[in-house]
Amino acid sequence: MEPIKTFTARIAPLPINDIDTDQIIPARFLKTTDRDGLGKSCFYDWRYDADGNPKPDFVLNKSEYQGAQVLIAGHNFGCGSSREHAPWALLGMGFKAIISTDFADIFRNNALKNGLLPIIVDAETQRQLISLAEEDPSTTVTIDLASQTVTLPDGRQLEFPIDSFSKYCLLNGVDQLGFLLGLEADIAAYEAEHPPRVNTHLV
Amino acid sequence: MTTTNNGRPRTLFEKVWDYHVVKPQTADTPAVLYIDLHLVHEVTSPQAFTVLRERGLKVRRPDKTLGTMDHSTPTTPRNADGIIPILDAQASKQLETFTQNCADFNIPMYALGTENQGIVHVIGPEQGLTQPGMTIVCGDSHTSTHGAFGALAFGIGTSEVAHVLATQCLLQNKPKTMAIRVDGRLRPGVTAKDIILAIIAKIGVGGGTGHVVEYMGEAIRSLSMEGRMTICNMSIEGGARAGMVAPDETTFEYIAGRPYAPKGEAWEEALEFWRQLPTDDGATFDSEISLDANTLEPMITYGTNPGMGMPITARVPDPAEVPDVSKRMALEKALTYMGLQPGQPLLGKKVDVVFLGSCTNSRISDLREAARFLQGRKVAEGVRMLVVPGSQRVKRQAEAEGLDRIFKEAGAEWREAGCSMCIAMNGDQLQPGQYAVSTSNRNFEGRQGKGGRTFLASPLTAAATAVNGCVTDPREMMETV
Repeated sequence: MEPIKTFTARIAPLPINDIDTDQIIPARFLKTTDRDGLGKSCFYDWRYDADGNPKPDFVLNKSEYQGAQVLIAGHNFGCGSSREHAPWALLGMGFKAIISTDFADIFRNNALKNGLLPIIVDAETQRQLISLAEEDPSTTVTIDLASQTVTLPDGRQLEFPIDSFSKYCLLNGVDQLGFLLGLEADIAAYEAEHPPRVNTHLV
Repeated sequence: MTTTNNGRPRTLFEKVWDYHVVKPQTADTPAVLYIDLHLVHEVTSPQAFTVLRERGLKVRRPDKTLGTMDHSTPTTPRNADGIIPILDAQASKQLETFTQNCADFNIPMYALGTENQGIVHVIGPEQGLTQPGMTIVCGDSHTSTHGAFGALAFGIGTSEVAHVLATQCLLQNKPKTMAIRVDGRLRPGVTAKDIILAIIAKIGVGGGTGHVVEYMGEAIRSLSMEGRMTICNMSIEGGARAGMVAPDETTFEYIAGRPYAPKGEAWEEALEFWRQLPTDDGATFDSEISLDANTLEPMITYGTNPGMGMPITARVPDPAEVPDVSKRMALEKALTYMGLQPGQPLLGKKVDVVFLGSCTNSRISDLREAARFLQGRKVAEGVRMLVVPGSQRVKRQAEAEGLDRIFKEAGAEWREAGCSMCIAMNGDQLQPGQYAVSTSNRNFEGRQGKGGRTFLASPLTAAATAVNGCVTDPREMMETV
């Protein structure tokens, strides 16, 4: 994975609580065996009408939010299923960070493994960011993972939390599977001391 | 199991966690956790196998891995040759890819229509693969189901599926713990499904985020394993990745004699291990919640997430009475989607479809309960009822008991095993605007088909609703059974 660098981008507001993974990527698009090509189906049922035409009143279809790379959402983003297709779809649609007050556990893990930043802010900051994005769609923020900050146009900096391992991996392009593979000796030692619970090859 | 705790009382979760730590968590790295059983299915695994191929890796422990087809499989009846036809080209390709992946990497797999195939969270327990004290993962959020046995079981994404395939391990930060105590006894007509819907209505869809839940109390102890599975299954709907119930005699009795259950001396050793698992006296949780089973009623959801639930006799809440702006907007949006008015009762609301199935409620006891109401009755005119057993084994058992005839004579569709209309990937779906009472786990917008509207409820409520053609309190029908 490419290391994440500091970036400045416009923000699109989607102030809806509990946006679930079925909205982010409806299940009927999960019959793929690839991870690419899901961006066009992201938020499909909110973005398109029954004939597949873009709904003009859906915020992410508005011209002023095209090219926004940061999404400011309502509370509890990404609840529901474990589908990693959700961050793949958001990345495919061009997003590099999602801001909310909290994220569902599995979504957050999946996002971090794909370089999509789940940024947690308090409820007041969330409201301010939504207002900023709604009032002036040209508003940009600068996101710097190394300092764990979002910088607003007025220079104000907001800090956000991230676990140190995910941060290290994202900044250095370290792949977590490679890290685990490097622990072969520890894994083998564990296996030697712990008898298998079940053997799926036996029945 | 008790040797490493230095005398400190531990919870069930902590005991299972500690046992599986390959390398402990540090300030810089998460814990490395060993996985005893990895279940895989066709939808969330293909990209993980691609990673293995790209890097020239093997599956480290195919003997701790099992595949089944469930999500995108058709549930329509077999043809004259006993084959379940796959009409969707994309699903067909996905299933072929899965078959090839399992064959190439030596993973045992239950293919569509074969004798043990079924929903991944139904087959693990019924095969005896799901056992107390294990760590179990699957690329599916309802893996929490297996926690009913006192296992630590949770859903993972596809990147993590690749991690487990290649290393049998996961990098995990230790979650917090939450105790949910349900005291008292359930009244007739009130089931495990109603307990978990009431819990989620209380804590909300994000209430358990970051936590592993342990369900305890008299009402949980009194439940069958199937009821406990229904509860643990929907832990994720309250935001918790995993839910657990301490193993007891009910658990051991369920496991005994199943194909993968330990036998003979190994069984005695396993029992000894399992009996050490329950939470020690004096162990503490990060948070605790309690519920009184005595006062619970059958529950139903009215909105577009599982936290929007209420007693079936209640009325749809009024957004005007919700002080928090974002919550008020969420409720307004949900009621608009659902086509419901504030203050409206759901009892008597006409429905188009009743779905009995899913990893929440498709086990034999669920089918038996529903069949009790349908025996000698008809599904109301204009209502489509789908009965989708959770596995081929459940299907055969139901047929041996004559349940299939009860459903078919009532006018319901008797289907092959799979996820079906719970996730609506396989052609079983609601039409736009249709209302369904569903025994599944999610009522998100479009979950059961674009524009479809879902009321989540128990199998009893679903069956009573099918008979009357409108949302029905199952207790009304109990008086006449």
